[in-house]
Amino acid sequence: MSGLFTEAFLTSLVLGALTAGLPLMLAGLGEQISEKAGVLNIGIEGMMLFGAYLGFVVAYYTGSVWLGFLGGGLGGVLVAAPMALFCIRMGLSQIVIGIALTLGAEGLTALLHHFQFAQSYPRLPAVPTLAIPGLSAIPVIGPALFDRPPIAYLAVLAVAVTAYVFRSTQFGLSLQAAGDKPAALDAAGVDVARVRTCAVLITGFLAGIGGAFMSQVGAGIFVPFMTNGAGFIGIVLAMQARGRPLWVLCGALLFGACLSATTALQVAGVSIPTDVIQMLPFAAVLMVLVLFGRRASLPPALGTHYVRGAR
Amino acid sequence: MTQTLSPSEPLADARPVVSLDHVTKRFPGVVANDRVSFDLWPGEVHVLLGENGAGKSTLVGMLSGLQLPDEGGVLVEGREVRIASPARALELGIGTVFQHSMLVPSLSVVDNMALGGSWWSRPDRDGVARKMAAVCADIGVTIDPHAKVGSLSLGEQQQVEIVRALMRGSRVLILDEATAMLTPKGADDLGALMGRLVKLGIAVVFITHKLNEALAFGHRITVLRLGRKVGEIAPERLAALGPAAATAEIVRLMFGTGATATEAVATTVRTRPNGAPVLEIEGLAVDDPSVPVAGIDLSVAPGEIVGLAGIDGNGQKQFAEALAGQRRLAAGRIRLGGETIERLDVGGRRQRGLRYVTDDRLGEGTVGSFPISLNLLLKQVGEAPFWRRGIEQPEAIADHARRLVSEFDVRTPGIETAIGKLSGGNIQKALLARELSGPTRAVIFAKPTYGLDVQNIRATRQRIREAADRGLAVILISTDLEEVLELSDRVAVMSRGHIVGVVDNDAGARNRVGELMSGVTA
Repeated sequence: MSGLFTEAFLTSLVLGALTAGLPLMLAGLGEQISEKAGVLNIGIEGMMLFGAYLGFVVAYYTGSVWLGFLGGGLGGVLVAAPMALFCIRMGLSQIVIGIALTLGAEGLTALLHHFQFAQSYPRLPAVPTLAIPGLSAIPVIGPALFDRPPIAYLAVLAVAVTAYVFRSTQFGLSLQAAGDKPAALDAAGVDVARVRTCAVLITGFLAGIGGAFMSQVGAGIFVPFMTNGAGFIGIVLAMQARGRPLWVLCGALLFGACLSATTALQVAGVSIPTDVIQMLPFAAVLMVLVLFGRRASLPPALGTHYVRGAR
Repeated sequence: MTQTLSPSEPLADARPVVSLDHVTKRFPGVVANDRVSFDLWPGEVHVLLGENGAGKSTLVGMLSGLQLPDEGGVLVEGREVRIASPARALELGIGTVFQHSMLVPSLSVVDNMALGGSWWSRPDRDGVARKMAAVCADIGVTIDPHAKVGSLSLGEQQQVEIVRALMRGSRVLILDEATAMLTPKGADDLGALMGRLVKLGIAVVFITHKLNEALAFGHRITVLRLGRKVGEIAPERLAALGPAAATAEIVRLMFGTGATATEAVATTVRTRPNGAPVLEIEGLAVDDPSVPVAGIDLSVAPGEIVGLAGIDGNGQKQFAEALAGQRRLAAGRIRLGGETIERLDVGGRRQRGLRYVTDDRLGEGTVGSFPISLNLLLKQVGEAPFWRRGIEQPEAIADHARRLVSEFDVRTPGIETAIGKLSGGNIQKALLARELSGPTRAVIFAKPTYGLDVQNIRATRQRIREAADRGLAVILISTDLEEVLELSDRVAVMSRGHIVGVVDNDAGARNRVGELMSGVTA
């Protein structure tokens, strides 16, 4: 085992953590925004999956990586829009609608994939990377962290932007109030439904980009059900992060490292059955929940529909 | 100070700032407000008095933009307006402090005040804090602008809401049941604050169901009953009447002519019980992170009412729950009729005749969506004759329910009605029916009249007396000293988890209990 921690192994582990972790982070960040505003967004898995599909399709037909990501974000918004309509405007159960949207997106993308790509299984070319001068020359973490597609840097930047919005803008205050005490926000003259709708659409956009990241950067191909629970891990991340965007990033990288351990351990030539290794991320989720789950704090109004004047 | 409080405006304006003109509001099955008219004058505390369900909250809702009247109009400065949203009410200068705080607990005071600005702007925290300091100075309160709201006391949160309303230029301030959650001291402070507010020319609406507060703080009093305005006492008349005559007048208005003698319930001379104690508690202790309870010794004779006085949160609840079996004892013993019961669970203690009437009526006392009939048997589920071999016996359950409903005068459409739909007073009656029926030896009442209106308070106190007259040992936990002194044979005072003294309820009891409560003789 002494040869395990070679440079190749470490590089592939860090790289894998980032590649697998960024979609989780985007999902977690999106979910955090929804939850802050009081919407339990279970449809996020569907938003990611539809983002993965639409991102792939747009990138495949236009050949543009950037348009692909935009398409992915749009795909997420397309799934988020009915969520906003049914749950926020009409007050239907967030859990039921969330599950329905996830199942619907799974079925729809699988069907579309079956007719479009099931014969050919086309692949996208590798996404070009942007090496940051100087930093990318550092051994191990240099190539893994600072020679990545530009979208990766933007995703990390989104963490800082989200933190800024939460802390220092009116919109951030409104989000917090919508989840903590929507009646107070309403009394302050802000439309609760509008704040929550915005939050859910932003969630859809971020989750969709996360999905597109999986299909365009991670796999280079769209496969049905490829998000494989990433959205649900995002929900766990958001709950554990207790409103702090930076915690989402840290948690996502941790889960990403677990997810990528499969490949990394194979690179290192360790012969553990892959089935065992593939359990790692889910074991990690369980561990985190057991260790910290009790301290997870959720906004009081989470999952409830706001009706003015109702008591 | 805010622009709207311009000193040029004469205080005795000839015209009311806000008027409700014969407003009617209907909800499914009830007329919450029936052609109510109501004028607000600047520089006046206008008290809106009425029992639970009299329609006060609905009236406030229409002023603050939560509800629109079905008929009738709202006039601001003589112009007819439609207050369709809270934001519109604020625009019109009507600020409301609701009974339940309308602040976001997880945000700081300034952030709460900054809430509602344009979306992408930065909240102007320094500016808000400066403006706030100015208003605070004007009305004589001190608030830390950067404290998290959740860490403030309820009284302070109310001050924050009042300051916020003034910062937004409110000329009318509605305080909805503002004293319901406050300590007596907090209520007095609020009364003084209202006095300072009206001196600035603001019109204050103060909603309450407490008569003494209405008289102490109000200039003009309007009384609502069953959705109708039954009377208004103008300032001149209120001053002329004097407290005693005003009280009589208001009582007559609130309860109709039949119930004039409210508080003057003849305190029947009770024979002092002196049998062997039926309930004995020795060295009881409970571990609790907030208020650890220790060294409680108390014994209660059959037919005796022992009042447990004390400021709320001094371990009364922990003690009561430990006694009832809902909490683990850290130490001590409990004997009921000579039998040791501290190792028994809730059901075991109940079977031996120990009953607990909780103050958390909706939380642990009842299941709101269950019918009354089942709620009356909540602690006997599975027992014969109501269940046989696990099968429900609808006839037996219904008979039992009908008997108790009529015996305890629970006003309900039927025994199958979900208990959560009843008023607080009727839920309490059902709870009393459950706990006081069947073979009983000792009863613990936890704040039995908390949140009830005057008539139900009277009915409940009568039940407590009857329970003692039947020979039960009664422990009465109450934060209302009047209640304890009215009912008890002896009064134990609880402070910081200990019983700091037990006094006989005689002429000097009030002073000694007061001293014990405030810690003078501790």
